[in-house]
Amino acid sequence: MTAKGLSRRRFTQTLGIVVASFALASRSAFSQTPGALPFSLRNNRKLEGWIRLEPDETVTIFTGKAELGQGILTALAQIAADELDVGLEKIRMVSADTSRGPDEQYTFGSQSIEQSGSAIRAASAEARGILLAASARRFGVRTEDLQVANGTVTSPDGRRATYWEIAKKDPNLLRGDVAATAAPKKPSDYSLVGKSVNRIDLPGKLTGAPSYVQDMRLPGMLFARVLRPPRYGAKLVSLDETAVRSLPGVVAVVRDGNFLAVAAKREEQAIAARDALASAAHWSDDAVPLLDMADLRGGLKKLRAETIVVGATGQSEPVADQAKRVSAEYTRSYLSHASIGPSCAVAWLKDGHITVWSHTQGAFPLRGDLAKALGMQNNQVDVVHMPGAGCYGHNGADDAALDAALVADAVPGTPVKLQWMRDDEFAWAPFGPGMAMGVEAGLASDGRIVDWSYDVWSNSHAMRPGQAGGVNLLAAWDLNTPFAKSPPPHIPQPFGDGDRNAVPSYELPRKEIRNHLLLDTPVRNGSFRTLGAHGNIFAIECFMDELADVAGIDALAFRLLHLRDPRARAVLQAAADKAGWTPGKRGDGRNGRGLAFCRYKSIGMYAAAVVDVEVDRKTGVIKVPRVVMAADIGLVVNPDGAKNQLEGGIVQAVSLTLKEQVTFDRREITSRDWSGYPILTFPEVPRVEVILMDRSEPSLGAGEGSLPPTSAALANAFAHATGRRLRELPMTPERVKASLS
Amino acid sequence: MSYRITVNGELHLVDASPDTPLLYVLRNDLGLNGPKFGCGLGQCGACAALVGGKLTRTCSIALRDVDNVTTLEGLGTVQKPHPLQRSFIDAQAAQCGYCSNGMIMAAKALLDRNPNPSEEEIRNALADQLCRCGVHNRVVHAVRRAAAELAR
Repeated sequence: MTAKGLSRRRFTQTLGIVVASFALASRSAFSQTPGALPFSLRNNRKLEGWIRLEPDETVTIFTGKAELGQGILTALAQIAADELDVGLEKIRMVSADTSRGPDEQYTFGSQSIEQSGSAIRAASAEARGILLAASARRFGVRTEDLQVANGTVTSPDGRRATYWEIAKKDPNLLRGDVAATAAPKKPSDYSLVGKSVNRIDLPGKLTGAPSYVQDMRLPGMLFARVLRPPRYGAKLVSLDETAVRSLPGVVAVVRDGNFLAVAAKREEQAIAARDALASAAHWSDDAVPLLDMADLRGGLKKLRAETIVVGATGQSEPVADQAKRVSAEYTRSYLSHASIGPSCAVAWLKDGHITVWSHTQGAFPLRGDLAKALGMQNNQVDVVHMPGAGCYGHNGADDAALDAALVADAVPGTPVKLQWMRDDEFAWAPFGPGMAMGVEAGLASDGRIVDWSYDVWSNSHAMRPGQAGGVNLLAAWDLNTPFAKSPPPHIPQPFGDGDRNAVPSYELPRKEIRNHLLLDTPVRNGSFRTLGAHGNIFAIECFMDELADVAGIDALAFRLLHLRDPRARAVLQAAADKAGWTPGKRGDGRNGRGLAFCRYKSIGMYAAAVVDVEVDRKTGVIKVPRVVMAADIGLVVNPDGAKNQLEGGIVQAVSLTLKEQVTFDRREITSRDWSGYPILTFPEVPRVEVILMDRSEPSLGAGEGSLPPTSAALANAFAHATGRRLRELPMTPERVKASLS
Repeated sequence: MSYRITVNGELHLVDASPDTPLLYVLRNDLGLNGPKFGCGLGQCGACAALVGGKLTRTCSIALRDVDNVTTLEGLGTVQKPHPLQRSFIDAQAAQCGYCSNGMIMAAKALLDRNPNPSEEEIRNALADQLCRCGVHNRVVHAVRRAAAELAR
């Protein structure tokens, strides 16, 4: 057997294991308003689009959400198993797939449990109800007299039938629309929801089973690489492909406008051909003028902007007596997803139909944009989600999908795997936008905030594919007949875009919050974990500390003074208690402690962070020995899975705060590898303690809300330690030293 | 030109150019999935394997310079995981799992030379293995558990 034959067999074989193992672990729980059809069900009414009983006595659950490493498939399996009364081992999860799954748009905004979880819960309850009613008819008894355990229904006189036996008698049983009239179980009746269950995709991933799109191997598959221009705006002037075409293994050189790619029989041949292509291509000197990194805030504020008031209270009232007025400005750098694995896709054009396997967060929206860019109809394109390396929003996944499709289009009938190189990922994947924040407040003589004025400037954080008015895929803008970018959508509060969490959760008698959506886009932006919440909470929570200082009130007490929501107060108190918060304790020049609070998206999870720092005044290095977080995510589906998400967010936030910034000169992105974009490493990672509040309210997504308060608390800890405040992220050793000198 | 290479105890004949980076031979000729392409620059550690028992970035070493290779697949399987793999599962020490290959291989190299490492020694041994999801503390915990189990 050839090595290739062997690997194909391994792939198919283990794909079964992978799918089978996608069944157990994560995050928060579900939310459902009684009587209302869950969001995801409204557009996907067919019951069999969510649940199918298989001949091998398993249940397939279809979700439109994608496994990004957050453990969502496991948590959804827990919900389905509980509601159906079948064992978790009988559940098979199928992730976003345009050929056979529900359209749930994107996997984003910590909404998968809230959206897909509530839909799957309702569909599962309905399926169980239908199966029980059919059993009751069969046994001639009342539904309420039946017992169900692990998919087997038992009548009072001991007769038994499995779900699969019942469904076999009537193939149309589960083919109707979901009416969502069946009442889901009470939380007290859950047996799996609320328990820490191991993710069953991990055994495969940790032993080398083919699990990722990068691991796909199809018959005769070619390896492809793309060559992007050296900078934004550069045009391909000339290219002599002859030398590239004659390289060993090269099968195709694809050129369409400024889009260049190469396909070869072996991967290292494709990489060599890409290098040769780089030498052979001549690009124009055109460049998009980039901002001056030395004055990011000033540069951002000078860009053309559309200004909207996104929150205002008491503006018609006269300004109250103010003992003091305070203002400050803050900045956040551009951020990279910095996925460990560069974006990758597999595409196969066969008989006028193309299938693209992608780690996209939005299979259906991507299909629409791919169809437009390829000049095909939606029904000629399918997008199947396959896991990739972790991404934290809109990275290069979708772009790589079009890149692969364009190469596949040049070699009809032959599957193509295209993976970006490291510099493609760092230079071309969308960035989390740079942000400038300005805030001004008035304090009464008793220390209360009586007036609040806030401005945020940033580009749109919402440039994903699948939006009206254009195509949001990198290669589409480079084609000989280029497509336009879609204009940024307006995302209203409380979700918001750059203004996510710009409206504080504090009780403020008079406030006005303005969002300045920047219209010029010097660099390419997209959705990065928390969108604008990271920058806004950094500004708001640092400023709360600055105000507390001016008011002469302890940082915890000052926040509690302005918070009525008992759940908000509870997380702050819990984090402070666990960390051993000492009111009024002063930093000693090196060691300090900071606190911050965030209710993510103003309607999502609650989190309070307490961060300790040790500042090396000589080197400017800030060490973070410990982070304590209390989080309220409502009813918890999988406590350990939720903790894993919260912990990961905390570590990532420390990394963002201390180290991360996309760098550029006035013409080009200069952070193109890990030395140019360092992230937190093992010796630098803090000890993390997470407290999950014990709540029974509807579940709130846990994927993002731990980041914003961590960054702000870290900045507050530095100010507490040194008496100096850094209002620009990241807090690099250079900035630390400058602030201390 | 054919090259002989021993991977996970099995001898393979590989038809590839001698300067081919080992990573592509492992993934594409031998059908292994453990070693991942992360940077191709020897910076991130996702492609790590043991070459002659030594932790090696397979993206940055040529086929001609390699003989005895152990990959993630050589440690254990889903059915019979190595104690390190089992402790990673027990500690749920992964999110996306893309870097996990490198974490486990670096931990294996560490435990081979130091069966009872301190927490600081573990963190230092993994300092050049990058993780983006932030599961570092779970990884350290998993390595300690595996060390304890292997010592038993």
